[in-house]
Amino acid sequence: MQIYLPIAEVSVNAFLLLGLGGIVGILSGMFGVGGGFLMTPLLFMIGIPPAVAVATEANQIVASSFSGVLAHLKRKTVDLRMGTVLLIGGLVGAALGVVVFNYLKAQGQVDLLVKLCYVVFLGVIGGLMFIESLNAIRKTKSGKPPARKKHNWIHGLPFKMRFRVSGLYISVIPPLLVGVAVGILAAIMGVGGGFIMVPAMIYLLGMPTKVVVGTSLFQIIFVTGFTTLLHATTNFTVDIVLAVLLLVGGVIGAQIGTRIGVKMKAEQLRILLALMVLAVCGKLALDLLLMPSELYSVGAATGH
Amino acid sequence: MPRFLTGLLTLLLLCTGPLWAEEVVLGLSKDKVSITTSFDGSDILIFGAVKREQAIPEGPPIEVIVTVAGPSTPLTVRRKAKRLGIWVNTDAVEVDRAPSFYAVQTSGPLREVLKDVEDLRHKISVPRAIRSVGAPSNISDAESFTEALIRIRSRSDLYQLREDAVTVSEQTLFRTAVRLPAALTEGDYVTRIFLTRDGQVISSYDTTIDVQKVGLERWLFELSRGQPLLYGIMSIAIAIAAGWAASAVFRMFRA
Repeated sequence: MQIYLPIAEVSVNAFLLLGLGGIVGILSGMFGVGGGFLMTPLLFMIGIPPAVAVATEANQIVASSFSGVLAHLKRKTVDLRMGTVLLIGGLVGAALGVVVFNYLKAQGQVDLLVKLCYVVFLGVIGGLMFIESLNAIRKTKSGKPPARKKHNWIHGLPFKMRFRVSGLYISVIPPLLVGVAVGILAAIMGVGGGFIMVPAMIYLLGMPTKVVVGTSLFQIIFVTGFTTLLHATTNFTVDIVLAVLLLVGGVIGAQIGTRIGVKMKAEQLRILLALMVLAVCGKLALDLLLMPSELYSVGAATGH
Repeated sequence: MPRFLTGLLTLLLLCTGPLWAEEVVLGLSKDKVSITTSFDGSDILIFGAVKREQAIPEGPPIEVIVTVAGPSTPLTVRRKAKRLGIWVNTDAVEVDRAPSFYAVQTSGPLREVLKDVEDLRHKISVPRAIRSVGAPSNISDAESFTEALIRIRSRSDLYQLREDAVTVSEQTLFRTAVRLPAALTEGDYVTRIFLTRDGQVISSYDTTIDVQKVGLERWLFELSRGQPLLYGIMSIAIAIAAGWAASAVFRMFRA
């Protein structure tokens, strides 16, 4: 069944979109990530204009994160205070990100920027996660408990604040900076940034793992919501029909994924996620490195 | 006075009438295309007759060319080149006006039914329909950018040249069907019919097909442009409601 998207102005198969939403939803339910980093490149591949894909994906992430955060609020695994600090940084970052996005769109380099961001971040995160989970599997096999570093340079910074739910007493500067970085990425890449924020919260801020996912989801709702508004008002690129189709598939997939996820071991899950991240990274890197079959592209006039 | 002028005009028209010995009488299967949510392209049947006062003139037979053009917009065509090991957009050429859709259908090979001078005057063939004046001085091969534009749009059926697609019978009746693809932008689609003999245009006729988004499509599109803030808030509200509903339904299943 073909469906005409009013903002993207292309006609696509509705079941394809539902299916994509479903598959990415299953993965995001399994791994506890938003799935934006998978969905946005997939949307590029089926011919949705990149600007529309990025803006619409931000809107879809609002839905999946909201669904997730409700479950976490019930289990009291959301550090609202930390979330708010991350959020302040995130809003600043999102505003900066949209400015950068619009500037590069006028220069005709936005596709390159988005793809480079993907390759760099997916490559680094995927690689780190892969090595880390391989080590974890080796350690559990040899029976040694994983060591945990406690104090690092972060504890020497000023403006300290107490985060009771996380059991932390640290400076607000690192969480603010993490927030800004994720906000910029959310605006440019059309992702929630969970795949960057979660490792940053665990390894950089030293937050306990059980509050990390809930807190990051809490922050992501607001940052992606804000990004959606900015894209809707400055670029007119949020396609609500596309978003609805993706999120219907996504929320159903997420429920199935969560059930699969509880049956698997944490290390196995992480190594699978790492491989998937690296696969997407590799595909995008090849696009940049190999000679494209069509050297030319058509875009809207910049109008000097 | 105005009455006198109109009278004079009518007289003039009557005088010039016999020079236009052959004229087009046109019919369209529809003059309005509605883009609905389930829009999947549309076929338009264009048919008509050649009206003439006297017998069919001697010489080469009459040929018919039909063009349908979507709204024109300025564009930027960019070219990639390898820089520091990766492929990036380097050169760009601005195209002043290019139709979003353009179809040319003829009753014979285009080069035979239309002389180059006539093509230049009436801007009939695909390359002629695109207007591109200045390329930046650092680009020497501006034509390759226009060629690329035609190649890219032809691949997605946005630019079509179909020779022998117009059927002419008895040098009087003609008909053809134009396929509008699914990825269509809205606007007035100018439809032109040219009658040619020996490569010379002897008569032309034009009309418009109105392509418009309707219903939900129209409403959403207008809301997103007219009230972007409200549209953005609505998008977020729908997303939150869907997220909430999903978790509520899930809870019901577990209970």
